[in-house]
Amino acid sequence: MRQRFTPLWLLLPAAVVLGGLFLYPMYQLGLISVLDFRQAQVSGGQPTRFVGLDNYVQLFTDPQFWSVLLATVGFAAACVVATLAVGAGLAVLLTRISRVPRLLLSLAAMAAWAVPAVSGSTVWMFLFDTDLGFVNQLLGTEGFNWMYDRYSAFALVGAVVVWSSFPFVMVTLYAGIEAISRSVLEAAALDGASTWRTFWQIMVPMLRPVLAVVVIQSIIWDFKIFTQIYVMTRGGGLAGQNLTLNVYAYQQAFASSEYGLGSAIGVVMMLILLAVTVLYLRTLRRSGEPL
Amino acid sequence: MRRVLDALAVLIAAVVIFPIYWMVLAAIKPAGEIQSLHQRPWTLSPSLDAFRRVLAVNDFGRYLLNSLIVALVVVLISGLIAFLAAVALTRFHFRFRTTILVVFLIAQMVPVEALTIPLFFLVRDLGALNTLGSLMLVHTAFTLPFAIWMLRGFVAAVPDELDEAAQLDGASRLTVLWRILFPLIAPGLAATSVFSFIHAWNDFLFARTFIISATDRQTLPMALLVFFKPDENDWGAIMAASTLMTVPVLIFFLLVRRRLVSGLGGAVKD
Repeated sequence: MRQRFTPLWLLLPAAVVLGGLFLYPMYQLGLISVLDFRQAQVSGGQPTRFVGLDNYVQLFTDPQFWSVLLATVGFAAACVVATLAVGAGLAVLLTRISRVPRLLLSLAAMAAWAVPAVSGSTVWMFLFDTDLGFVNQLLGTEGFNWMYDRYSAFALVGAVVVWSSFPFVMVTLYAGIEAISRSVLEAAALDGASTWRTFWQIMVPMLRPVLAVVVIQSIIWDFKIFTQIYVMTRGGGLAGQNLTLNVYAYQQAFASSEYGLGSAIGVVMMLILLAVTVLYLRTLRRSGEPL
Repeated sequence: MRRVLDALAVLIAAVVIFPIYWMVLAAIKPAGEIQSLHQRPWTLSPSLDAFRRVLAVNDFGRYLLNSLIVALVVVLISGLIAFLAAVALTRFHFRFRTTILVVFLIAQMVPVEALTIPLFFLVRDLGALNTLGSLMLVHTAFTLPFAIWMLRGFVAAVPDELDEAAQLDGASRLTVLWRILFPLIAPGLAATSVFSFIHAWNDFLFARTFIISATDRQTLPMALLVFFKPDENDWGAIMAASTLMTVPVLIFFLLVRRRLVSGLGGAVKD
């Protein structure tokens, strides 16, 4: 009898914490998104009012929302592709170099990985500063402000994101490649397969489960980037040109006191990532994951 | 060919590490060189002025301590709760076990940033705005799913026969838990701790949202932004503060480098 209840006791603390700080807030997020919830309601001056899908209607008829959604998807996609290309390329490079360069490269990558998002953002801002930035002085483009143009600002933030997230991809894929038995690769080399062919026809198929995890993780991370954008573009860039869904929701709620609208954006974001997660779970199951 | 690739790898390593080098360099450059329109990639007169400015004038030591306290509390509580849950999910077979596992997996994917709004009101209603406790609370919750998922692999790696043998020898369930399982999964706990620590240490969003007016309760990421001024940024101080914020994580990361990779491999494969 005691035996049967033991797992419940062990799970109880986790259940309490996650119930209170995950499930309940998720329910609240959905609830606030169907309320008229602004400054007056927060301070208690006016009662909250159920407005149905009004917040969503307002959102979906606002051209800015669609522009922000498009920017978010485009930015995340570019970051994911760049991160994977750099990470995979360097993982393959790691397998083909001597010990010391390999150690140097992995230490450098680890260091970049460890740098907190805020510090990373400030350093790159200094490197690309209009007048005092080393990059402008090197290129002879003093006085060029990288943050004025929408695309150069996104590109710079994207560079920081890739710099700090390629190490995860590199390390994971490298571990995956190392796990492929040497004999397979040697056999391919003996049969005269080129590096390119070995990569596409042997490594990629064998690494498919690991690749799936890395791709989905990257999508999820890059879709919800907040700190780099908020810090580097000072909360969304000139006239909000660099807003992404996350920052947009935050600004609507905490800068404009449109908590209902902000929550509706949060719900949209949650649904998009839920779809990605379902995809992830299906991939895991297909790769034979026993739960 | 190998030599070309070696050279290429070293070059890439240099490019990757360059921003960190630049950060530390700018932190020890004298003010005159920072303001220069001809930045040199070295300095001949290093000074600790920027660090002094950051630590003495702006009381950065306090923020460092705040960040440290939050991160350590999160590591301890989240590690403990995750350990208990991981044991329940690997050592026992009960109904809904798979469901619970899937829920933890999904919880890892939840964009916690979207929960800022409801959590802000929750924390406000608890009267916990402007306290470090509010940050400990939310980060404990956010780090739990990943910690449970990761520890599960480590607990599963300890053979069942070990607990059974101990129980046959008359050890109670609690003794098995603390005296046998806990020490054996200590390496896993260390790897998990790194992730929890970094998560709490790096947090900018919730610190910004919850710590509104009590400047002495701020954590590092927010405190750093104080040096950004509309007219002229104090880059020396910003870089010194960024360095102070980066160094603990960097040391932590390099110390557990190997374990991190194998732990990640476990988490990925598992």
